[in-house]
Amino acid sequence: MELYKHTALEIRDMVLDKKVSSTDVVKDTFKRIDSVEPKIKAYLTLCKETALAQAGKIDEKIRKGEKIGQLAGIPIAIKDNISTQGIKTTCASKILSNFTPPYDAYVIKRIKEEDGIIIGKTNLDEFAMGSSCENSAFGPTHNPHDLSRVPGGSSGGSAAAIASDMAFISLGSDTGGSIRQPAALCGVVGLKPTYGAVSRYGLVAFASSLDQIGPITKDVRDAALMMNVIAGYDPQDSTSVKEFNSSKVEWFKRLEDGVKGLKIGIPKEYFAEGIDKDISKSVYQSIGLLEKLGAKTIDISLPHTEYGIATYYIIAPSEASSNLARYDGVHYGYRTTDYTDLMSMYHKSRSEGFGPEVKRRIMLGTFALSSGYYDAYYLRALKVRRLIKNDFDEAFKKADVILSPTSPIPAFKMGEKLDDPLQMYLCDVMTVSANLAGIPGISIPSGFTKSKLPVGLQILGKPFEEETILRVARTFERETDYHKTKPVI
Amino acid sequence: MNINEKLINHIAHLARLEPNLEEKEALRKNLAQILDYIGKLKSIDTDKIEPLIHSIEMNNVLREDKTKPGITREQALSNAPEKEAGFFRVPKIIE
Repeated sequence: MELYKHTALEIRDMVLDKKVSSTDVVKDTFKRIDSVEPKIKAYLTLCKETALAQAGKIDEKIRKGEKIGQLAGIPIAIKDNISTQGIKTTCASKILSNFTPPYDAYVIKRIKEEDGIIIGKTNLDEFAMGSSCENSAFGPTHNPHDLSRVPGGSSGGSAAAIASDMAFISLGSDTGGSIRQPAALCGVVGLKPTYGAVSRYGLVAFASSLDQIGPITKDVRDAALMMNVIAGYDPQDSTSVKEFNSSKVEWFKRLEDGVKGLKIGIPKEYFAEGIDKDISKSVYQSIGLLEKLGAKTIDISLPHTEYGIATYYIIAPSEASSNLARYDGVHYGYRTTDYTDLMSMYHKSRSEGFGPEVKRRIMLGTFALSSGYYDAYYLRALKVRRLIKNDFDEAFKKADVILSPTSPIPAFKMGEKLDDPLQMYLCDVMTVSANLAGIPGISIPSGFTKSKLPVGLQILGKPFEEETILRVARTFERETDYHKTKPVI
Repeated sequence: MNINEKLINHIAHLARLEPNLEEKEALRKNLAQILDYIGKLKSIDTDKIEPLIHSIEMNNVLREDKTKPGITREQALSNAPEKEAGFFRVPKIIE
């Protein structure tokens, strides 16, 4: 039936109009998974039986004419660092390979309340640390546009699942670009919300002052739909922002209003050397299109851009070294069999359970926080973080949104950067600053390179103005077909 | 920055990690390279800048001192590597 080709909203409306049953949608999605998943490897866990049971319940509700949620019958994939009650949540790590959470994350609870159907858990770089999805303890995910290339990371499984039509919506998490960069490399839409807009309750912590959950979707309207479900105040997350009452945000109301008179800031630092030629050409074309549609572009400067990566790779590992102290082989997770006392049990469980990149970041963060180095590294990074945020505050006095490429390079070959962690870190140069400043950002498909690899356009907005970046994204999408250009798998 | 084995051993112990010789050498090399790159932050004058820990204004969150339903003891123990009589079991600590 090829139902999998539709967007989430189209499928939802077909289910509500009884043109197709939720059960048929789930069956068709799993048929698609059976056919392409062996090549892509986007999933770590599939939940066919529970998904079919859930679909049956939704069909029953619709048949009886009961009240039905806004995600009715939509198959949804979840990054495997978001807790799902009764479904294994591994963070793609050996240390959590047998961990089954006893509770649901806030976002999972919301999906269930709105009758969405969770079909599986997707692959990631271990504990969301990486930009290629190769740091998974269970093997890498492949880019649907070119199987010899990476899908980006860390939410590589979530992005690849959407690009290959193996789910209608997926959730990712973005600490330094982990939603936007894989969305760009796979040619799909990825939104990182403002820090505090979506509850982190049940998201396995990596760097708590930077982490945000967000949607990866086939188009911008589906991203708005998912934000409508997952955004909002949650007292279970102490950094959830009460003032941002998402029920007052009308996610669809201004989506089609266009960009006439909107001021788009072009930061010169984001178009410096080191960007792939095809990518910068494509992004300039996109800017031209938005100008044609009525937007005004202005040149802006974010002078501390070049310090973003250095700042991020102190702050994120520091927070990670603290957050990952909980994996000690006592309460849950992997415990070594080879120990003599409590201390050696800690050391060996952690050394055997964590992969190389996670250990590298724990070491880096522990170093930056350790006595004698704290002021020179961690404290200094926090100060530069303020300078980076000030840059955005200044820029947003002049511009409504800021445009840039999402990634300086298209999807790269598997293994290409695996032995050089610093080269891998530099992939995040366009995305980390938004996390440090806490502002929202979206990546949308905006073209292809000469070798047919997707290009992503990043739109950054003022805090809690997701509505505006979604509107710009939607305006662009209405005029282009890039989001409809599917990979041949 | 010069990272020697003594520093690697010290940091590894603080992090409760036990890298083998090969891992130590790789960590030494990687950390030196990364810290060299991070060293570019030293060129910024940060004397009068206030550190920024969170991008949003943080308020202390209080709640009423009332119990709420949580997970059960059984659920809490369900992922334990070793348990006994309703408790987490660890190697003997007191001689």
